[in-house]
Amino acid sequence: MTTIEKRLLVNRIVLGLSSFSAIVGLGFLFWILYVLVANGINALNWNIFLFEGAPPGYAESGLKQALIGQFLIVGVATLIGVPLGLLAGTYLSEYGQKSKIAEIIRDISDIMMSAPSIVIGSFIYAVIVMPMGHFSGWAGVAALAIIMLPIILRTTDDMLQLVPSTLREAAFALGAPKYKVIMQVVYRGAKAGVLTGILLGIARVGGETAPLLFTSFNDNFTNYNLNEPMASLTVTMYNYATSPYEDWQAMGWAAAFILSMFILGLNILGRLILLKKKGR
Amino acid sequence: MTVFIDKLFANTTRLIALAVLFIVAWIFTVLIHHSMDAIHAFGFDFITQDKWAPNLEKFGGFAAIAGSVISTFLAMLLSVPFAIGVAIFLSEIAPAKLKTPVGVSIELLAAIPSVIYGMWGLFYFVPIIRDIFGGLGIGMLTAGIILAIMILPFMASVTRDAMNTTPDILKESAYALGATKWDVIKDVIIPYAKAGIIGSLILALGRAVGETMAVTFVMGNVHKVSLDLTQPATSIPVTLANEFTEADGQLYYSSLFELALILMVMSFVIIAVAKFYFLRRTRSVK
Repeated sequence: MTTIEKRLLVNRIVLGLSSFSAIVGLGFLFWILYVLVANGINALNWNIFLFEGAPPGYAESGLKQALIGQFLIVGVATLIGVPLGLLAGTYLSEYGQKSKIAEIIRDISDIMMSAPSIVIGSFIYAVIVMPMGHFSGWAGVAALAIIMLPIILRTTDDMLQLVPSTLREAAFALGAPKYKVIMQVVYRGAKAGVLTGILLGIARVGGETAPLLFTSFNDNFTNYNLNEPMASLTVTMYNYATSPYEDWQAMGWAAAFILSMFILGLNILGRLILLKKKGR
Repeated sequence: MTVFIDKLFANTTRLIALAVLFIVAWIFTVLIHHSMDAIHAFGFDFITQDKWAPNLEKFGGFAAIAGSVISTFLAMLLSVPFAIGVAIFLSEIAPAKLKTPVGVSIELLAAIPSVIYGMWGLFYFVPIIRDIFGGLGIGMLTAGIILAIMILPFMASVTRDAMNTTPDILKESAYALGATKWDVIKDVIIPYAKAGIIGSLILALGRAVGETMAVTFVMGNVHKVSLDLTQPATSIPVTLANEFTEADGQLYYSSLFELALILMVMSFVIIAVAKFYFLRRTRSVK
């Protein structure tokens, strides 16, 4: 065999192996997706949106309490985490810039973005659940807001930095004070990117289970009071899936399906916003 | 007035940005504070002993710590070759028509909550392991495999991003000299993007160490280190997820907090190494 033949052979073997591993990896992932969709659609019906959790065997049982709880916890966490993240990101991009303290905050946020969410849960347990003496929706909100903060902060920072400095200079030249330049020029220029960051941030915390297990805990009844323990789709899903009852397990799949569609929807929407912006 | 608002806005943003540092410091302080009882009671034995007996108020975290290390190691062992395969496929092999749809679907799969991977593992993968190896099907091996599958999309997409930083002109020059695709991968892309690729893999490792829901379903939460990987086992996140709501007694809580502290330090160090040692350098090269 000549060297060239040998090189071509090695090339073919390696490319084959790599394509093979790509196919196997993708195969597993699509298997999961298929299982999720098949089981989810099978278990989906109107009762799920109309009724609360019931003992196994009841036809009139649903996920109403979990859907409402999920919406409340993620919604309020967003209302807290997004403004804080936006303002902190604004500081990094507009005021801190390349200063030492800004770089440290960036580094620490980068680490916190990948930190184990269950540890955030135990932290909240120590500072909110233990002093209050009971699980509560607020504790879940606090855990998710802490997880969300660094995500929003970093995307805001990145997106604001993309706004050309000539725009800022033009506004300054007209005599605008810095806060007005930021609010009316920089924020407008970075709108699409920041919005995408927010959507991805919501998607990220929306799927969190571990930090809710011992903060907001669970509840079988619809509850609008964040001072009480509160059901969420993820924790309900976990409890139903690990139960021995088939109708509960089916409900777990329905919850998994609804949650995934919500999260994939947010991700796709975020990407579309960015694409549209680039297309212009 | 304008000057006042301007100052107010600047100071508010600074205060909130500094709050991030404060929260992180607070997390560590609280974890250390609540671990104190366990640290005083068990000292170093907490790390080396595997006897976890709540009824006797004896707590040793060795099984959980070892479980975290073993399950993460298994997951890395299984997913790294596949992740690199997928990354090479996406950056070099796939035709342009496939690159975007496959790449985007991998990124979307990385967004699917880990609890769903865990659920899939429990219902579809545990029976397979049970049929092949006997026993319960729940244990270290199953957990490692599920963790590997869960981390694969994230690992593959960040590795691909690292490979894609190689300038086209370098690759084209190599092709012009008659290099095969494999030559280009091993002599141009990997040397160029080495730091980025290693950093991406370590970053994925940092995520896998702290991952809870993908493994909680299939680990079994048994505080025992066994050489037989098909036996039920535990890891730090699994112990926390299973026992936090059940714990009674000061020392039990304190031991759980010490495990949380160990986990936090482990992942903090791993992620910091990935981000600052490996990924920073690629950033400055760009």
